[in-house]
Amino acid sequence: MIPGPFSYHRPASIADAVKLLSTLDEARPLAGGHSLIPMMKLRLSTPEHLIDLHGIDALKGVRRDGDKLIIGAMTTQHDLLESDDIARSMPILHETSLLIADPQVRYMGTIGGNVANGDPGNDMPALMMVLGASYRLQGSGGTRQVAASDFYQGAYFTALEPGELLTEIAIPVPPTGHGYAYQKLKRKIGDYATAAAAVILTMKSGKVATCRISLTNLSETALLAEDAAKAVIGTGLDDAALKKSAAAAQTIMSPAGDGRGPPEYRQHVGGIMVMRALTSAAARAK
Amino acid sequence: MAKTHVTMKVNGAEVEGIVEPRTLLVHFIRENLQMTGTHIGCDTTHCGACTVDLNGMSVKSCTVFAVQAEGAEIMTIEGMANADGTLSALQEGFRMMHGLQCGFCTPGMIVRSHRLLQENPNPTEEEIRFGISGNLCRCTGYQNIVKAIQYAAAKINGVEFQEAAE
Repeated sequence: MIPGPFSYHRPASIADAVKLLSTLDEARPLAGGHSLIPMMKLRLSTPEHLIDLHGIDALKGVRRDGDKLIIGAMTTQHDLLESDDIARSMPILHETSLLIADPQVRYMGTIGGNVANGDPGNDMPALMMVLGASYRLQGSGGTRQVAASDFYQGAYFTALEPGELLTEIAIPVPPTGHGYAYQKLKRKIGDYATAAAAVILTMKSGKVATCRISLTNLSETALLAEDAAKAVIGTGLDDAALKKSAAAAQTIMSPAGDGRGPPEYRQHVGGIMVMRALTSAAARAK
Repeated sequence: MAKTHVTMKVNGAEVEGIVEPRTLLVHFIRENLQMTGTHIGCDTTHCGACTVDLNGMSVKSCTVFAVQAEGAEIMTIEGMANADGTLSALQEGFRMMHGLQCGFCTPGMIVRSHRLLQENPNPTEEEIRFGISGNLCRCTGYQNIVKAIQYAAAKINGVEFQEAAE
Protein backbone atom coordinates (compact mmCIF):
# COMPACT_ATOMS: atom_id res chain seq x y z
CA MET A 1 0.00 0.00 0.00
CA ILE A 2 1.43 3.33 -1.11
CA PRO A 3 0.14 6.68 0.18
CA GLY A 4 -1.02 9.33 -2.26
CA PRO A 5 1.53 11.95 -3.33
CA PHE A 6 2.29 14.91 -1.08
CA SER A 7 4.91 17.60 -0.57
CA TYR A 8 7.16 17.19 2.45
CA HIS A 9 8.16 20.06 4.72
CA ARG A 10 10.43 19.93 7.74
CA PRO A 11 10.30 23.27 9.58
CA ALA A 12 12.79 24.00 12.38
CA SER A 13 10.53 26.19 14.53
CA ILE A 14 6.96 26.21 15.82
CA ALA A 15 6.37 29.56 14.10
CA ASP A 16 7.44 28.13 10.74
CA ALA A 17 5.25 25.05 11.23
CA VAL A 18 2.22 27.17 12.08
CA LYS A 19 2.89 29.40 9.08
CA LEU A 20 3.03 26.39 6.75
CA LEU A 21 -0.09 24.86 8.31
CA SER A 22 -2.09 28.05 8.00
CA THR A 23 -0.99 29.03 4.47
CA LEU A 24 -0.87 25.70 2.61
CA ASP A 25 -4.03 23.93 1.44
CA GLU A 26 -4.72 20.43 2.73
CA ALA A 27 -1.71 20.48 5.03
CA ARG A 28 -1.38 18.18 8.03
CA PRO A 29 1.22 18.00 10.75
CA LEU A 30 3.21 14.75 10.93
CA ALA A 31 4.05 13.75 14.50
CA GLY A 32 4.81 10.06 15.15
CA GLY A 33 2.78 9.21 12.07
CA HIS A 34 1.56 5.90 13.41
CA SER A 35 -2.09 6.87 13.04
CA LEU A 36 -1.70 9.15 10.03
CA ILE A 37 0.60 7.07 7.79
CA PRO A 38 -1.59 3.92 7.98
CA MET A 39 -4.60 6.11 7.07
CA MET A 40 -2.64 7.58 4.16
CA LYS A 41 -1.69 4.09 2.97
CA LEU A 42 -5.39 3.21 2.89
CA ARG A 43 -6.01 6.53 1.06
CA LEU A 44 -8.46 7.47 3.78
CA SER A 45 -6.27 10.50 4.36
CA THR A 46 -4.77 12.33 1.36
CA PRO A 47 -3.02 15.49 2.55
CA GLU A 48 -1.25 17.55 -0.10
CA HIS A 49 1.38 18.75 2.32
CA LEU A 50 2.93 17.01 5.31
CA ILE A 51 4.56 19.24 7.90
CA ASP A 52 7.03 16.98 9.72
CA LEU A 53 7.47 18.24 13.29
CA HIS A 54 10.55 16.12 14.08
CA GLY A 55 12.92 19.00 13.33
CA ILE A 56 11.47 21.22 16.08
CA ASP A 57 13.41 20.72 19.31
CA ALA A 58 11.10 23.08 21.22
CA LEU A 59 8.31 20.50 20.94
CA LYS A 60 10.23 17.77 22.79
CA GLY A 61 10.73 16.94 26.42
CA VAL A 62 9.25 17.00 29.90
CA ARG A 63 9.85 19.91 32.29
CA ARG A 64 8.54 21.19 35.60
CA ASP A 65 6.78 24.51 35.91
CA GLY A 66 5.75 25.05 39.54
CA ASP A 67 3.09 22.47 40.37
CA LYS A 68 2.69 21.40 36.75
CA LEU A 69 4.51 19.13 34.36
CA ILE A 70 4.81 20.56 30.87
CA ILE A 71 5.15 17.91 28.16
CA GLY A 72 6.11 18.89 24.63
CA ALA A 73 3.76 17.55 21.96
CA MET A 74 6.52 15.57 20.19
CA THR A 75 7.52 13.69 23.35
CA THR A 76 7.13 9.99 22.52
CA GLN A 77 5.53 7.30 24.67
CA HIS A 78 9.05 5.86 24.95
CA ASP A 79 10.32 9.22 26.29
CA LEU A 80 7.46 9.28 28.81
CA LEU A 81 8.49 5.84 30.04
CA GLU A 82 12.10 7.05 30.42
CA SER A 83 11.11 10.08 32.52
CA ASP A 84 11.81 9.64 36.25
CA ASP A 85 9.76 12.73 37.02
CA ILE A 86 6.69 11.15 35.41
CA ALA A 87 7.25 7.77 37.06
CA ARG A 88 7.54 9.50 40.45
CA SER A 89 4.96 12.27 40.36
CA MET A 90 2.43 10.98 37.80
CA PRO A 91 2.73 7.20 37.78
CA ILE A 92 -0.62 6.76 36.01
CA LEU A 93 1.00 8.27 32.90
CA HIS A 94 3.81 5.72 33.10
CA GLU A 95 1.38 2.85 33.64
CA THR A 96 -0.77 3.92 30.68
CA SER A 97 2.16 4.47 28.33
CA LEU A 98 3.08 0.83 28.81
CA LEU A 99 -0.41 -0.17 27.66
CA ILE A 100 -0.22 1.76 24.38
CA ALA A 101 0.52 -0.29 21.26
CA ASP A 102 3.90 -2.07 21.23
CA PRO A 103 7.58 -1.12 21.71
CA GLN A 104 8.18 -0.08 18.10
CA VAL A 105 5.11 2.14 18.04
CA ARG A 106 6.04 3.69 21.41
CA TYR A 107 9.41 4.84 20.03
CA MET A 108 7.54 6.85 17.39
CA GLY A 109 4.09 7.61 18.82
CA THR A 110 3.86 11.02 20.50
CA ILE A 111 1.67 12.29 23.32
CA GLY A 112 0.68 15.29 21.17
CA GLY A 113 -0.47 13.10 18.32
CA ASN A 114 -2.27 10.78 20.69
CA VAL A 115 -4.32 13.58 22.27
CA ALA A 116 -4.80 15.78 19.18
CA ASN A 117 -6.00 13.14 16.74
CA GLY A 118 -9.38 12.82 18.45
CA ASP A 119 -9.45 9.04 18.04
CA PRO A 120 -11.83 7.69 20.71
CA GLY A 121 -9.64 4.57 20.94
CA ASN A 122 -6.56 6.50 22.05
CA ASP A 123 -5.72 6.19 25.74
CA MET A 124 -4.19 9.59 26.51
CA PRO A 125 -7.31 11.77 26.12
CA ALA A 126 -9.02 10.07 29.08
CA LEU A 127 -5.77 10.33 31.05
CA MET A 128 -5.57 14.05 30.34
CA MET A 129 -9.17 14.49 31.49
CA VAL A 130 -8.65 12.58 34.71
CA LEU A 131 -5.48 14.57 35.45
CA GLY A 132 -7.13 17.92 34.62
CA ALA A 133 -4.61 18.71 31.86
CA SER A 134 -4.84 21.51 29.33
CA TYR A 135 -3.45 21.88 25.82
CA ARG A 136 -1.60 24.85 24.37
CA LEU A 137 -2.78 25.54 20.83
CA GLN A 138 -0.80 27.86 18.61
CA GLY A 139 -2.16 29.39 15.42
CA SER A 140 -1.32 32.32 13.20
CA GLY A 141 -3.45 34.54 15.46
CA GLY A 142 -1.69 33.59 18.70
CA THR A 143 -1.92 30.94 21.37
CA ARG A 144 -4.71 29.69 23.60
CA GLN A 145 -5.00 27.15 26.37
CA VAL A 146 -7.89 24.64 26.17
CA ALA A 147 -8.80 22.18 28.93
CA ALA A 148 -8.70 18.53 27.84
CA SER A 149 -12.27 18.20 29.11
CA ASP A 150 -13.39 20.93 26.62
CA PHE A 151 -11.25 19.77 23.69
CA TYR A 152 -13.10 16.75 22.30
CA GLN A 153 -16.25 17.30 20.23
CA GLY A 154 -16.75 13.96 18.48
CA ALA A 155 -14.77 11.15 16.90
CA TYR A 156 -11.83 12.92 15.19
CA PHE A 157 -13.43 16.33 15.86
CA THR A 158 -11.66 18.57 18.33
CA ALA A 159 -11.35 22.23 19.28
CA LEU A 160 -8.28 22.54 17.01
CA GLU A 161 -8.96 25.11 14.30
CA PRO A 162 -7.46 24.73 10.82
CA GLY A 163 -3.88 25.99 10.92
CA GLU A 164 -3.54 25.47 14.67
CA LEU A 165 -0.92 23.22 16.23
CA LEU A 166 -1.07 21.58 19.65
CA THR A 167 2.38 22.44 21.02
CA GLU A 168 2.41 21.33 24.64
CA ILE A 169 0.39 19.82 27.44
CA ALA A 170 0.26 21.19 30.98
CA ILE A 171 -0.63 18.67 33.67
CA PRO A 172 -1.13 19.59 37.33
CA VAL A 173 0.88 17.19 39.49
CA PRO A 174 -1.57 15.12 41.58
CA PRO A 175 -1.20 15.36 45.38
CA THR A 176 1.45 13.23 47.09
CA GLY A 177 0.03 9.91 48.22
CA HIS A 178 -2.78 9.89 45.65
CA GLY A 179 -4.08 6.57 44.34
CA TYR A 180 -4.22 5.93 40.63
CA ALA A 181 -5.10 3.23 38.14
CA TYR A 182 -5.74 2.78 34.44
CA GLN A 183 -7.65 -0.42 33.81
CA LYS A 184 -7.75 -1.33 30.12
CA LEU A 185 -9.48 -4.39 28.75
CA LYS A 186 -8.07 -5.36 25.37
CA ARG A 187 -8.18 -8.43 23.18
CA LYS A 188 -4.44 -8.64 22.79
CA ILE A 189 -1.33 -6.61 23.49
CA GLY A 190 -1.20 -3.52 21.31
CA ASP A 191 -4.95 -3.36 20.80
CA TYR A 192 -7.19 -0.38 21.42
CA ALA A 193 -9.36 -0.67 24.51
CA THR A 194 -12.54 -2.71 24.45
CA ALA A 195 -13.23 -0.55 27.48
CA ALA A 196 -10.94 1.33 29.85
CA ALA A 197 -11.25 3.50 32.95
CA ALA A 198 -8.81 5.88 34.61
CA VAL A 199 -9.06 6.84 38.28
CA ILE A 200 -7.17 9.38 40.40
CA LEU A 201 -8.27 9.61 44.04
CA THR A 202 -7.14 10.59 47.51
CA MET A 203 -8.15 8.76 50.70
CA LYS A 204 -8.58 10.13 54.21
CA SER A 205 -9.15 7.81 57.19
CA GLY A 206 -10.19 4.97 54.89
CA LYS A 207 -12.74 7.06 52.98
CA VAL A 208 -12.48 8.55 49.50
CA ALA A 209 -11.74 12.28 49.86
CA THR A 210 -11.42 13.30 46.21
CA CYS A 211 -11.93 11.30 43.03
CA ARG A 212 -11.90 11.74 39.28
CA ILE A 213 -12.86 9.03 36.79
CA SER A 214 -12.58 9.02 33.01
CA LEU A 215 -13.38 6.50 30.29
CA THR A 216 -11.72 5.41 27.01
CA ASN A 217 -13.42 4.07 23.88
CA LEU A 218 -16.87 3.97 25.42
CA SER A 219 -18.28 6.87 23.43
CA GLU A 220 -17.35 9.09 20.47
CA THR A 221 -14.84 10.79 22.74
CA ALA A 222 -13.13 10.08 26.03
CA LEU A 223 -15.48 10.98 28.88
CA LEU A 224 -15.11 12.45 32.33
CA ALA A 225 -17.47 10.44 34.54
CA GLU A 226 -18.36 13.08 37.13
CA ASP A 227 -21.42 11.41 38.66
CA ALA A 228 -19.53 8.13 38.96
CA ALA A 229 -16.80 9.95 40.88
CA LYS A 230 -19.31 11.71 43.15
CA ALA A 231 -20.86 8.34 43.99
CA VAL A 232 -17.75 7.18 45.85
CA ILE A 233 -16.82 10.36 47.73
CA GLY A 234 -17.03 9.75 51.48
CA THR A 235 -17.37 5.98 51.07
CA GLY A 236 -14.92 3.23 51.93
CA LEU A 237 -15.45 1.77 48.44
CA ASP A 238 -17.69 -1.03 49.67
CA ASP A 239 -19.51 -3.16 47.10
CA ALA A 240 -22.57 -0.92 47.06
CA ALA A 241 -20.49 2.21 46.39
CA LEU A 242 -18.52 0.49 43.62
CA LYS A 243 -21.70 -0.73 41.94
CA LYS A 244 -23.33 2.68 42.23
CA SER A 245 -20.29 4.31 40.64
CA ALA A 246 -20.16 1.77 37.80
CA ALA A 247 -23.89 2.25 37.13
CA ALA A 248 -23.44 6.04 37.02
CA ALA A 249 -20.55 5.65 34.57
CA GLN A 250 -22.59 3.26 32.42
CA THR A 251 -25.35 5.85 31.95
CA ILE A 252 -22.97 8.11 29.99
CA MET A 253 -21.40 5.34 27.89
CA SER A 254 -22.53 4.88 24.29
CA PRO A 255 -19.94 2.53 22.79
CA ALA A 256 -19.99 1.48 19.16
CA GLY A 257 -20.28 -2.17 18.27
CA ASP A 258 -17.21 -3.49 16.49
CA GLY A 259 -14.80 -6.42 16.52
CA ARG A 260 -14.28 -5.77 20.21
CA GLY A 261 -17.88 -6.66 20.95
CA PRO A 262 -21.44 -5.34 20.78
CA PRO A 263 -22.35 -2.14 22.67
CA GLU A 264 -24.05 -4.02 25.54
CA TYR A 265 -20.91 -6.05 26.22
CA ARG A 266 -18.62 -3.05 26.11
CA GLN A 267 -20.89 -1.10 28.43
CA HIS A 268 -20.94 -4.08 30.81
CA VAL A 269 -17.16 -4.47 30.90
CA GLY A 270 -16.83 -0.66 31.06
CA GLY A 271 -18.56 -0.80 34.44
CA ILE A 272 -16.19 -3.53 35.56
CA MET A 273 -13.18 -1.45 34.50
CA VAL A 274 -14.49 1.43 36.64
CA MET A 275 -14.83 -0.84 39.70
CA ARG A 276 -11.40 -2.41 39.20
CA ALA A 277 -9.73 0.95 38.69
CA LEU A 278 -11.34 2.34 41.85
CA THR A 279 -10.28 -0.67 43.92
CA SER A 280 -6.75 -0.65 42.54
CA ALA A 281 -6.37 3.13 43.00
CA ALA A 282 -7.57 2.95 46.61
CA ALA A 283 -5.09 0.16 47.38
CA ARG A 284 -2.26 2.37 46.09
CA ALA A 285 -3.33 5.53 47.95
CA LYS A 286 -1.33 6.45 51.02
CA MET B 1 5.59 15.58 -6.87
CA ALA B 2 9.17 16.74 -6.65
CA LYS B 3 11.61 14.02 -5.74
CA THR B 4 13.97 14.45 -2.85
CA HIS B 5 17.59 13.45 -2.40
CA VAL B 6 18.13 11.44 0.79
CA THR B 7 21.31 10.26 2.44
CA MET B 8 21.60 7.95 5.42
CA LYS B 9 23.96 5.43 6.92
CA VAL B 10 22.78 1.84 6.58
CA ASN B 11 24.77 -0.86 8.38
CA GLY B 12 27.70 1.52 8.59
CA ALA B 13 27.78 2.48 4.90
CA GLU B 14 26.74 5.87 3.52
CA VAL B 15 23.90 5.44 1.04
CA GLU B 16 21.84 7.88 -0.97
CA GLY B 17 18.90 7.89 -3.29
CA ILE B 18 16.28 9.99 -5.04
CA VAL B 19 12.81 9.30 -3.68
CA GLU B 20 9.30 10.66 -3.74
CA PRO B 21 8.28 11.93 -0.29
CA ARG B 22 5.68 9.15 -0.13
CA THR B 23 8.30 6.41 -0.50
CA LEU B 24 8.24 4.30 2.63
CA LEU B 25 11.53 3.50 4.32
CA VAL B 26 10.98 -0.23 3.83
CA HIS B 27 10.59 0.26 0.07
CA PHE B 28 13.71 2.41 -0.06
CA ILE B 29 15.67 -0.30 1.74
CA ARG B 30 14.29 -3.21 -0.29
CA GLU B 31 14.00 -1.61 -3.73
CA ASN B 32 16.52 1.23 -3.94
CA LEU B 33 19.18 -0.43 -1.80
CA GLN B 34 18.26 -3.97 -2.92
CA MET B 35 18.54 -5.20 0.67
CA THR B 36 15.64 -7.61 0.92
CA GLY B 37 16.36 -9.05 4.36
CA THR B 38 13.85 -6.58 5.82
CA HIS B 39 10.45 -8.12 5.14
CA ILE B 40 7.03 -6.65 4.49
CA GLY B 41 4.47 -8.71 6.36
CA CYS B 42 1.18 -6.98 7.13
CA ASP B 43 2.00 -3.51 5.75
CA THR B 44 -0.27 -2.13 8.52
CA THR B 45 2.13 -1.51 11.46
CA HIS B 46 1.09 -4.68 13.27
CA CYS B 47 3.45 -7.54 12.52
CA GLY B 48 6.96 -6.10 12.98
CA ALA B 49 8.55 -8.07 10.10
CA CYS B 50 9.81 -4.76 8.67
CA THR B 51 11.48 -3.68 11.93
CA VAL B 52 14.78 -1.85 11.50
CA ASP B 53 16.93 0.01 14.01
CA LEU B 54 16.77 3.77 13.34
CA ASN B 55 18.94 6.04 15.48
CA GLY B 56 18.81 3.54 18.34
CA MET B 57 15.07 2.89 18.13
CA SER B 58 13.27 -0.17 16.80
CA VAL B 59 10.82 1.11 14.20
CA LYS B 60 8.44 -0.47 11.73
CA SER B 61 9.88 0.72 8.45
CA CYS B 62 6.53 0.35 6.67
CA THR B 63 5.28 3.28 8.76
CA VAL B 64 8.15 5.74 8.29
CA PHE B 65 8.86 7.72 5.12
CA ALA B 66 12.35 7.47 3.69
CA VAL B 67 12.60 11.28 3.80
CA GLN B 68 12.15 11.12 7.57
CA ALA B 69 15.32 9.03 7.82
CA GLU B 70 17.48 11.75 6.22
CA GLY B 71 20.83 11.68 8.03
CA ALA B 72 19.81 8.71 10.17
CA GLU B 73 21.83 5.68 11.21
CA ILE B 74 19.99 2.51 10.31
CA MET B 75 20.72 -1.11 10.98
CA THR B 76 18.95 -3.95 9.21
CA ILE B 77 19.32 -7.71 9.49
CA GLU B 78 22.12 -7.48 6.90
CA GLY B 79 24.15 -5.59 9.50
CA MET B 80 23.67 -8.05 12.34
CA ALA B 81 26.51 -10.52 11.76
CA ASN B 82 29.87 -10.02 13.47
CA ALA B 83 32.51 -8.05 11.55
CA ASP B 84 34.32 -11.29 10.60
CA GLY B 85 31.13 -12.72 9.09
CA THR B 86 30.38 -15.14 11.91
CA LEU B 87 26.91 -15.19 13.43
CA SER B 88 26.15 -12.70 16.18
CA ALA B 89 25.01 -14.02 19.55
CA LEU B 90 21.39 -13.43 18.59
CA GLN B 91 21.71 -15.12 15.22
CA GLU B 92 23.46 -18.05 16.86
CA GLY B 93 20.72 -18.20 19.49
CA PHE B 94 17.99 -18.40 16.85
CA ARG B 95 19.93 -21.19 15.13
CA MET B 96 20.76 -23.19 18.23
CA MET B 97 17.37 -22.84 19.92
CA HIS B 98 15.39 -23.40 16.70
CA GLY B 99 13.91 -19.89 17.01
CA LEU B 100 12.48 -19.97 13.51
CA GLN B 101 10.44 -22.22 11.31
CA CYS B 102 9.40 -20.44 8.11
CA GLY B 103 11.77 -17.58 8.94
CA PHE B 104 9.60 -14.75 7.67
CA CYS B 105 9.44 -12.89 10.99
CA THR B 106 13.07 -13.64 11.89
CA PRO B 107 14.80 -10.49 10.54
CA GLY B 108 12.39 -8.26 12.46
CA MET B 109 12.65 -10.46 15.55
CA ILE B 110 16.44 -10.32 15.56
CA VAL B 111 16.69 -6.58 14.88
CA ARG B 112 14.13 -5.87 17.61
CA SER B 113 15.82 -8.25 20.06
CA HIS B 114 19.12 -6.50 19.39
CA ARG B 115 17.71 -3.20 20.65
CA LEU B 116 15.97 -4.95 23.55
CA LEU B 117 19.28 -6.43 24.74
CA GLN B 118 21.03 -3.08 24.28
CA GLU B 119 18.50 -1.49 26.62
CA ASN B 120 18.15 -4.43 29.00
CA PRO B 121 21.12 -6.82 28.77
CA ASN B 122 19.67 -9.32 31.22
CA PRO B 123 15.91 -9.49 30.65
CA THR B 124 13.52 -11.84 32.40
CA GLU B 125 11.34 -14.11 30.30
CA GLU B 126 8.43 -11.74 30.89
CA GLU B 127 10.51 -8.73 29.81
CA ILE B 128 11.52 -10.57 26.64
CA ARG B 129 7.91 -11.40 25.82
CA PHE B 130 6.83 -7.81 26.47
CA GLY B 131 9.84 -6.49 24.54
CA ILE B 132 8.99 -8.44 21.39
CA SER B 133 5.25 -7.84 21.64
CA GLY B 134 5.38 -5.75 18.46
CA ASN B 135 6.61 -8.72 16.43
CA LEU B 136 4.27 -11.49 15.34
CA CYS B 137 5.33 -15.07 14.63
CA ARG B 138 2.77 -17.48 13.23
CA CYS B 139 4.92 -20.64 13.44
CA THR B 140 6.81 -21.06 16.65
CA GLY B 141 4.38 -20.08 19.38
CA TYR B 142 7.28 -17.87 20.57
CA GLN B 143 8.70 -20.50 22.95
CA ASN B 144 11.91 -21.00 21.02
CA ILE B 145 12.21 -17.34 20.10
CA VAL B 146 12.24 -16.50 23.81
CA LYS B 147 14.87 -19.21 24.37
CA ALA B 148 16.94 -17.85 21.48
CA ILE B 149 16.99 -14.39 23.06
CA GLN B 150 17.83 -15.90 26.47
CA TYR B 151 20.67 -17.82 24.81
CA ALA B 152 22.00 -14.62 23.24
CA ALA B 153 21.74 -12.66 26.50
CA ALA B 154 23.66 -15.40 28.32
CA LYS B 155 26.35 -15.46 25.65
CA ILE B 156 26.71 -11.67 25.62
CA ASN B 157 26.93 -11.66 29.43
CA GLY B 158 29.52 -14.45 29.36
CA VAL B 159 27.46 -16.94 31.35
CA GLU B 160 26.40 -20.44 30.44
CA PHE B 161 22.88 -20.69 29.02
CA GLN B 162 20.65 -22.85 31.17
CA GLU B 163 17.48 -23.88 29.39
CA ALA B 164 14.53 -23.64 31.77
CA ALA B 165 12.88 -26.97 32.61
CA GLU B 166 9.61 -27.44 30.76
